[in-house]
Amino acid sequence: MREFYGTTLANGFMLGTAQYPSPAILADAFKRSGASVATVSLRRESGQDRAGQDFWQMIQGLGVHVLPNTAGCHTVKEAVTTAHMAREVFDTKWIKLEVIGEEDTLQPDVFGLVEAARILTEDGFQVFPYTTEDLVVADRLLHAGCEVLMPWGAPIGSGKGLNNVFGLRAMRAHFPDVPLVIDAGLGLPSQAAAAMEMGFDAVLLNTAVAKAGDPAAMALAFAQAVAAGTLAAQADPMEPRDMAAPSTPVIGKAFLS
Amino acid sequence: MKLMLNGTAREIDAQTLADVLVAEGLGTAKVATAVNGSFVPAGLRATTDLRDGDAVEIVAPMQGG
Repeated sequence: MREFYGTTLANGFMLGTAQYPSPAILADAFKRSGASVATVSLRRESGQDRAGQDFWQMIQGLGVHVLPNTAGCHTVKEAVTTAHMAREVFDTKWIKLEVIGEEDTLQPDVFGLVEAARILTEDGFQVFPYTTEDLVVADRLLHAGCEVLMPWGAPIGSGKGLNNVFGLRAMRAHFPDVPLVIDAGLGLPSQAAAAMEMGFDAVLLNTAVAKAGDPAAMALAFAQAVAAGTLAAQADPMEPRDMAAPSTPVIGKAFLS
Repeated sequence: MKLMLNGTAREIDAQTLADVLVAEGLGTAKVATAVNGSFVPAGLRATTDLRDGDAVEIVAPMQGG
């Protein structure tokens, strides 16, 4: 498995921590998922409820790598400031960099993304940029210092799966040595398996598990799909072909007509 | 002192950013801070003087995707 900034993960399953019906269900889903990474965020804290303190206690108990995000940031300045705050609070150089450019699709502002990635990399961050499958943008991000890329499968929370299989395959082929994570848009385990079969190194998802009727069961289903897809990719899948090819040998077949 | 604390206008008896955290009961909490949109590391809170009208943000770990 490719390393993520020098870290080898136990598996290619990264799971978000938002939108679960309760903290207990969140913890249960993580337990069943075996996910190696949990994404987290930062929000305003008040002295009255101290919600963030309880949440942090629980996350620490999960025993997974923590990947803070800059979700909701629309400008380079916002994203960079948020990254600095996340580094201090979560005590990690990892940052899932999101610079949102469009409200309906939540697609990244790739121009701001590249700029923010450069600023943060120069400041010692290890950036996981939430990007598109655009090869030119990917190249710019690598030049900005990113050593991991996270192309979207489909818009965040849409559950549409892998919208542009051709583009994602091209990205995988174009950057054979770069750790690539499908981030966002996955709705079903089969889509996660497909991503891993294509040779992606990990999938990052949240809504598909958190909004399932039984999040813990769905977390396990995704874990099994990721494992199956990973194994399939390692097993070197056959090449598809247009015409049929008999799998049963025809030589020696009885002549019966 | 009149501050915009996490987007809400507040009157808080404080001189430094560290004072604000103590006044809010977050003196030892796992939080990060920013003043007027710029990150202020924990080590600089005690020496970061505030002025009327400053916008203070206090954030903590939260669920995220």
